Amino acid sequence: MTNSTTSPKTLANKSTKNCIKKNIKKSTKVTTTMSSTTEKVALSLKKRHQKEKRFKAFGLFSVLFGFMLVVILLGDITSKALPAFHQHWVKLDINYQGDWLGVDERLSGYELTKQLKGANFRKVLKNSIYPMFIDEQVTKLSRKDKRAVFKLFSTNGEFTIRDALLASPENFNQTVSIWIKLDDDVDVYLKEGFALGEAGLRINEKQANWLAKLQREQRIESRFNVGFFTASDSREPELAGVRGALTGTLLTMFVTILLSFPLGVAGALYLEEFAPKNRITDLIEININNLAAVPSIVFGLLGLAIIINVFGLPRSAPLVGGIVLTLMTLPTIIIASRAAIKAVPPSIREAALGLGASKMQVTFSHVLPQAMPGIITGAIIGVAQALGETAPLLMIGMVAFIVDIPTSIVDSATVLPVQIFLWADSPERAFLAKTSAAILVLLTLLLVINVTATVLRSKFEKK
Amino acid sequence: MNSSLLFAVLLCLTLLSYWFGIKRSLKVAGGSEHRKELTCLPEQFGLLTAMVCGLPALITLLIFNSAEQFVIELLLTNTLPLSIQSLSAIDLGLYLNNIRSLASSDSAALTALLQTSVDSAEQAQVHAALTLQNLFEKSSWLKTALVLIIAVVSVILLVSKFNLTFKARQKSEAIVKALLVASSAIAILTTLGIVVSVLFESIQFFKSVPATDFMFGTHWSPQTAMRSDQIGGSGSFGAIPLFAGTMLITFIAMLLAVPVGLMIAIYLSQYASVKLRSIAKPMLEVLAGIPTVVYGFFAALTVAPVIRSAGEYFGLSVASESALAAGLVMGTMIIPFVSSLSEDAISAVPNDLKEASLGMGATSSETVVKVLLPAALPGIVGAILLAVSRAIGETMIVVMAAGMAANLTANPLDSVTTVTVQIVTLLTGDQEFDSPKTLAAFALGLMLFVTTLGLNIMALKVVRKYREQYD
Repeated sequence: MTNSTTSPKTLANKSTKNCIKKNIKKSTKVTTTMSSTTEKVALSLKKRHQKEKRFKAFGLFSVLFGFMLVVILLGDITSKALPAFHQHWVKLDINYQGDWLGVDERLSGYELTKQLKGANFRKVLKNSIYPMFIDEQVTKLSRKDKRAVFKLFSTNGEFTIRDALLASPENFNQTVSIWIKLDDDVDVYLKEGFALGEAGLRINEKQANWLAKLQREQRIESRFNVGFFTASDSREPELAGVRGALTGTLLTMFVTILLSFPLGVAGALYLEEFAPKNRITDLIEININNLAAVPSIVFGLLGLAIIINVFGLPRSAPLVGGIVLTLMTLPTIIIASRAAIKAVPPSIREAALGLGASKMQVTFSHVLPQAMPGIITGAIIGVAQALGETAPLLMIGMVAFIVDIPTSIVDSATVLPVQIFLWADSPERAFLAKTSAAILVLLTLLLVINVTATVLRSKFEKK
Repeated sequence: MNSSLLFAVLLCLTLLSYWFGIKRSLKVAGGSEHRKELTCLPEQFGLLTAMVCGLPALITLLIFNSAEQFVIELLLTNTLPLSIQSLSAIDLGLYLNNIRSLASSDSAALTALLQTSVDSAEQAQVHAALTLQNLFEKSSWLKTALVLIIAVVSVILLVSKFNLTFKARQKSEAIVKALLVASSAIAILTTLGIVVSVLFESIQFFKSVPATDFMFGTHWSPQTAMRSDQIGGSGSFGAIPLFAGTMLITFIAMLLAVPVGLMIAIYLSQYASVKLRSIAKPMLEVLAGIPTVVYGFFAALTVAPVIRSAGEYFGLSVASESALAAGLVMGTMIIPFVSSLSEDAISAVPNDLKEASLGMGATSSETVVKVLLPAALPGIVGAILLAVSRAIGETMIVVMAAGMAANLTANPLDSVTTVTVQIVTLLTGDQEFDSPKTLAAFALGLMLFVTTLGLNIMALKVVRKYREQYD
């Protein structure tokens, strides 16, 4: 009984007005003595409040769970990506001996440069590095050892030393210190500090000792990985970069924006301002709503079967990618643009019409400028969607391994998301960091685009 | 002249004709001091002239370009000897391919090759390649001439009609309106294109594989034998394991996304402070905005190994590409989708209902569970249906994290494959277009399109029905 009277009291205390409180107190006292239903309610209150708390906690937990997912996802990718932004280089004393190069030692000037272009730099590299690993204990490297030594360095080492000599031919027949990239397996080993013999490690004990020696001699240096942003795709992780994919993305987005923006705005203007209410308009509206929910891969099938096989446009080209992504984003842009056009107050239309403007003049000189910020926001969201899209581009052949940086919209190209997909599939361990780093680049691009959209939207709302 | 140069020239002509239209209209009026005598502004004359100059020529260029290849090859095939014309379609295609690659080198080298070559078959090919080059050159000239003539003639014809009462504005507005109609009709064309492309190839496929075998067969191994004595390439197309795998992964995803998404929606709309909402909303937008390929990477390289080692800890054998990993990550991707749609549904419930329930003494949770959710149920069901349709059509997560082997299993720790994974594997890489293997991808695409379309229509119907109750 005590329980039943206190609970309503505490409840009532929470309410504000004093006089009301007294009244309620009286009435509750009267009712509790009279009705058993109220008694039941009061008895169950504690349980019900606990249930309420549990429910609320579960809700809060869900929200926190969402936060946790975001943090884990971004944290995981960032932590995996960080190693890709720097790379280990090694300083080698290269002896540009004429007989190793296969070039006459007395040559100079133009004739020398000409001969050097085809010279045997691999031999120079090999002969220069082998002596570095010979000491009191090891007087001669076996054939196997030589191979192991050579594998420590990137395969483009010979090109690095060639370019260095071509840049300053006066070093011919001299010994100079040159920095070259280490192999990707070595790079991973130095970054992650494996214990020897661990699974996935592709460095043997001897190689590890050599590396330790190089480190003692302070020949190894970690530098910012510029190549990641300036190089194109490569089979060698230490040479691979995102520039080719980034260029492909920009070209594809160029086509997408050029097509989807005018078409989307024109479609939305027609549906909002001109379309009569009839079956055809209904059909168009239903179609747009359905297309917005069609899986993106189906658009890829459309691109393959119609745009490539029927119209004969080139495979793997940003042009086709752009067309497919346009068809995919068009519904999003139309829906967003219609909302923006609908938000333009009718008084503006009526005022213009009243002054004698034609319907077309009202639309293009009054409604469209008013709706533009909203339309642009919607278009940016659509483009952001297209930027991250992968599946339809796989269908139209943008998965090819492409080393050249594309220069036009009909060149073979790949895009950033597809590059991520390709690298994620590669077995080399170093590609793991590269993939994550490419993801970071993609997410940064998306962030920039979305922030632009948000800024535009807030500007628009202030109006 | 190549197409892009021609396009640029056409653009210049269009700009020029704008100016020309203005000049001509002023001349008709008798000088710019009499411009008021025209029914329309001179600029409107200019605009109409520009459109009449550019549009027909541009359409001609597009049509010409898309038909060019086809027509030229038809012409080339007709010049070939009869023995080659009577080859089967595939062999003829190969032959034409050879000629095409020959034709891509320059004609001087080809002429030299024609003189040095002794093999008569090779000579014939080189000869054909030269013919092809010749045809392309002719067609390029024809294209340039045609496009430019059309542009100029249409402008002259238009300008000759100019007079004081010429309705330039009405005419240009009619053209603009036609363009607007055409843009909005692209939606219909796209749908039509999708239906035609998947349906046409699917019918081809069902000619070689009966539809019942495809829909109800339980064995999927699309590898067809190249030679009759090859082992393992039976080529059976029973899609049940794919449907089952898709459903398993979708089910796992929903198991995560629906409760979490719904609870987030409830919490944010009923309990959360303004501050929490202002942080939680962008959080959901981040989850929704992350590209699926990133989720796929996360699933394949982070979640799958974690699940695998957790399974080993409990003594379970977990496939390295388990359905569970793909499903959980897909669920994560769908959470924002479910939560934003269900929040819309919940906030669309009239406030009277909520206030009445609270006024009767119900707690907030009781109000939510017994009043708001039942009232918003159609909207929530619609949201879940749309989410299921998204999960079924999702490609990258499963391509990267789910397996390739078509196992018919309900064990989430096993590896399964899905419809979208198979479409991607069948269509990427080298392919000939008319083998049942590639056509099967289109049949799967048809299934996918029909299923998601059905789910979307159902969802929209459910939502619309609900709206009718309160509006």
